Amino acid sequence: MYPAPFRYHRPATLEDAMALLARLGDGARPLAGGQSLLPILKLRMDEPTDLVDIARIPGMRHIDGQGESIRIGALATHARIAVSEVASRFPIVQDCATGIADAQVRARGTIGGSVSTADPSCDWPTMLQVLDAEVACRGPRGERVVGIRDFFRDAYTTALEEGELVTEIRFRAPPAGSGGAYLGFKKAAPAYPAATVGVHLGLADGQVCRQARLVLGCAGPRPVQSREAEQELEGKDLNRDNLRRAAEAIISCSDPPSDSRGSAAFKRTMLHSLFMRAAEIAIRRARGETVKGGTLYV
Amino acid sequence: MSETTTGRVPVTITVNGQPCTREIEPRLLLVEFLRRELGLTGTHIGCDTSFCGACTVILDGDAVKSCTLLAVQADGSEVITVEGLEGEEGLHPLQQAFSEHHGLQCGYCTPGMLMSSLALLAENPDPGIEEIRKRLGGNVCRCTGYQNIIRAVQAAARALREE
Repeated sequence: MYPAPFRYHRPATLEDAMALLARLGDGARPLAGGQSLLPILKLRMDEPTDLVDIARIPGMRHIDGQGESIRIGALATHARIAVSEVASRFPIVQDCATGIADAQVRARGTIGGSVSTADPSCDWPTMLQVLDAEVACRGPRGERVVGIRDFFRDAYTTALEEGELVTEIRFRAPPAGSGGAYLGFKKAAPAYPAATVGVHLGLADGQVCRQARLVLGCAGPRPVQSREAEQELEGKDLNRDNLRRAAEAIISCSDPPSDSRGSAAFKRTMLHSLFMRAAEIAIRRARGETVKGGTLYV
Repeated sequence: MSETTTGRVPVTITVNGQPCTREIEPRLLLVEFLRRELGLTGTHIGCDTSFCGACTVILDGDAVKSCTLLAVQADGSEVITVEGLEGEEGLHPLQQAFSEHHGLQCGYCTPGMLMSSLALLAENPDPGIEEIRKRLGGNVCRCTGYQNIIRAVQAAARALREE
C-alpha cells in the first residue's frame, strides 16, 4: 500500500515550518513520527498535497517533570515519556505511555502527533483530559494555549488553525493526596484499544472524594467527560456503590461504535469494568501505594 | 535537502554499515527502499498496516516498523536489517539461538523477531520472560506459539553475556 503522491518538505526551524504550512494551505500536513499519519495515508483516508516533516526541528523534545508545571515537548516520543521523571512521578502518565501500541511504534510516535491527529482511539487525548492539560500551539500569529477540552472538536478535528502546530503539552502537577490511573483493553499489543478509562481522584481522610476527573476513550468522537458523573463522587465516600453510580453516569454519556474491536454493548461492559478497576487503583495510589495500571491485552 | 521538492528526492541511508544514496519518490516506504532499491529482501512485508512487525528493522538504535516509515524520514540515518546480523564468524548469537531452539517454523516473522530481540538485548542484556513478551508484543508469529521464540531470546542473551 502506498500513500498518494505528495511533495515533501523538511524545514530547519519551527518558524520555517509554520510559514510553509500557512503558505501551502489546506492540502498540507505536518509529519512528526508518522505513526498515526502513515497508516492514514496508506489507507488513503487522507491525500495531502504536501508533507512538512517537523521531526528534526530542535527544541521540542523536552520532558520537564520537576516542579509544579509539567511541560512535554510535542516531539517527545511515547517511549521516552514512559521512562521519564514525569512517568515515575505520575503513574497515570506511565500507564498511558507504556500502553500505546508496541515498542516499535512507541519509539517513533510523539505526544504532539497523537494529540494533533485526534483519533478517537488515541490514548494521550483521553489521559491528558483527565489531568486538565493545556495544548500550546504556535502559528503565524504567535503562541496560544488551548485547554484540552476545547482542543478536540470532533474525531480527527482539532482547534488548530492553518499554519499552527502543537509545540508543547502542559499540565499542573496533581496535589499530594490524589492519584490517577489510566486503563485500557486491546486484543493485542499493536491493536488499537477497544475501550480506555482515565480516573483521577483527590482524597480527603483517605476515603472521601475531594475532586474527581473521569474520562472515557474510544467511546465517541471525542474523549467523554461528564461533570454529573464526577459530582456523583465529589464530597462523597468512595465506596463501591458510589463508584458504580459514577460509572453508570459517565457510560450513559458514551457512544462507542460497534466495529471489529467489539459491539457497542461489549465496549460498554468493558468500560464499566475498566472504570471500577481504574478507580480502585487511583484510590490506592492516592494513599501512597505502588500499583500497576496500564493497558491490558491477551 | 532542498526546502521544497516536487519530484524525486535524494536520500542517503547507511544500511548495515554501507552508505546508500538513491533518488526516490517521497512516498516510498522504508521497507520498499530496502527491498526494491537495495535488493535486501530479508526484511519482510507482512500485514503492511503496522501490526505484524515482520518489517521491523533497527533505525538509529530503535526497533521500528519499516512499513510505517517513509524512506525520506530515514535520510541521514543508520539502519540495520537482518542481513546485517551475520558476521565473519558466522551466525549472530540470536540467529544461532533461534535455530537451536526452534524459534521459527515458516520463517516469515523471523527477521522482525530477530531485530526486535536485538534492540531489546542492546538495552537489557538479561531480560526476564515478562519483558521479552512485552518487547516482542509488536511481532506476530502464527506458527510457533511464541514459547520457543522466548526460549531462543533467553539463550541468545546468555550467549551474548558470556561473549
